Amino acid sequence: MGGPFATAFSLIASGDPALMQIIGLSLRVTLTAVLMACAVGLPLGAALALARFPGRGAVIVVFNALMGLPPVVAGLIVYLMLSRSGPFGSLALLFTPTAMIIAQTLLILPIVISLTRSVVEDLWAEYREQLLSLGAGRLRAVPTLLWDGRVSLLTGVLAGFGRASAEVGAVLIVGGNIAGHTRTMTTAITLETARGQLGLAVALGIILLTLTLTLNAIAWGAGQWARGRLG
Amino acid sequence: MTHARRFILSAASGLALIAALPATAQDFITVASTTSTENSGLFGHILPMFQEETGIEVRVVSQGTGQALETGRRGDADVVFVHARAQEEQFVADGYGVQRFDVMYNDFVIVGPGDDPAEVRMAADATAAMTAIAVAEAAFASRGDDSGTHVAEANLWAAAGVAPAGRWYLSTGSGMGATLNTAAQVPAYALTDRGTWLSFENRGDLEIVFEGDPVLFNPYGIILVNPERHAHVKAEQGQAFIDWVTSDEGQAAIADFTVGGEQLFFPSAA
Repeated sequence: MGGPFATAFSLIASGDPALMQIIGLSLRVTLTAVLMACAVGLPLGAALALARFPGRGAVIVVFNALMGLPPVVAGLIVYLMLSRSGPFGSLALLFTPTAMIIAQTLLILPIVISLTRSVVEDLWAEYREQLLSLGAGRLRAVPTLLWDGRVSLLTGVLAGFGRASAEVGAVLIVGGNIAGHTRTMTTAITLETARGQLGLAVALGIILLTLTLTLNAIAWGAGQWARGRLG
Repeated sequence: MTHARRFILSAASGLALIAALPATAQDFITVASTTSTENSGLFGHILPMFQEETGIEVRVVSQGTGQALETGRRGDADVVFVHARAQEEQFVADGYGVQRFDVMYNDFVIVGPGDDPAEVRMAADATAAMTAIAVAEAAFASRGDDSGTHVAEANLWAAAGVAPAGRWYLSTGSGMGATLNTAAQVPAYALTDRGTWLSFENRGDLEIVFEGDPVLFNPYGIILVNPERHAHVKAEQGQAFIDWVTSDEGQAAIADFTVGGEQLFFPSAA
């Protein structure tokens, strides 16, 4: 395995602009998708935890099941929506980074919603009396509960990040793997594998894993720091 | 509630990231093409020349021929650049494309295990080669993805009077490279375009066992997606690309492209 590791190292050391562009795009697409999914999923998950309405159980089951939505299916749905022959064709978004962000947001959203619901539900059970006695209604309690659960929620967000950064099915379909425009780490790995350049493909895989590892280490460190501060 | 406010602020700045995505170049066209042209590196060779000259960026989505034509039919590309003549002519006849132009050709070769268990090397022509594989029931890896190469393979089986089926016939449903990766592992015979083969590195024990029959000729055509059907098609820029690829200069650029000293594509524009 010395070969691919050496290739990976010299690739990074060379600062090859095409590679840097691919890494930059991968991070931009996935991190934006994570932020979008959090912006929608955290409040929605918390609302789902606190609200009581008919069919709530079914909604929870559906979101739980959607955590297993195959990326290629998410990609296909977004493709059909954004294609020129689809309902949103006039936006001209197919084969752009924006299309990739939308597809990955769809993949992460169920994870964020389901995990948030579960975390907030537990916290609510614990602090319900206290919050109500302070005069906070269910809705007013949402931000407090989210803030209290932030360390646990971070794990869910990281799981979402992991799912999006590792997938190739969705970005390949909606992005088109266009060189210099929509080529990400995973689609580049697919392409190099198809070209029989297995050493280069593995090297790219090593770089991707290193990036994921770094981000997770930062998040874990931040979590530890927050825990320490909370005592 | 300041925590909450901070949270909402960071979420909002996340949304702003989307808006901040760099504006895409105005002058670009999308070309749906095949894995063989992209994987061989041809586009990397010729597109910078075209962009230099015209300022038009060409964004290539490489797919199998069937998928590339579907991309054109749906209006998701301005130009299709593929290799399955009958399907291309149908594409134009159905009104999805304006006109088909010859660009270049390369050829298909049959690759297989070096020890050649089906004795394909002895075959007099491509039909005999396919028959030999079927009779020996030697493993054969097929694209199985409706690509130009898959269509060419199906035509060869039909000419040989063989309906390929059975444990020896492996339909991978994948691109050329993935199919060659499979063939190298089994090992199995496979039909591949020469371009992908020459630039393919993970050959294992595979070698070219049959080549040179004129029926293995593999012509590429280029077609502008019909702006009458899809009004947003960038007809002017798309036509500029077609004109350049079929011009003396574009044809020379294609002829110049080599892998390991071997010319992969032979210009054929009229």
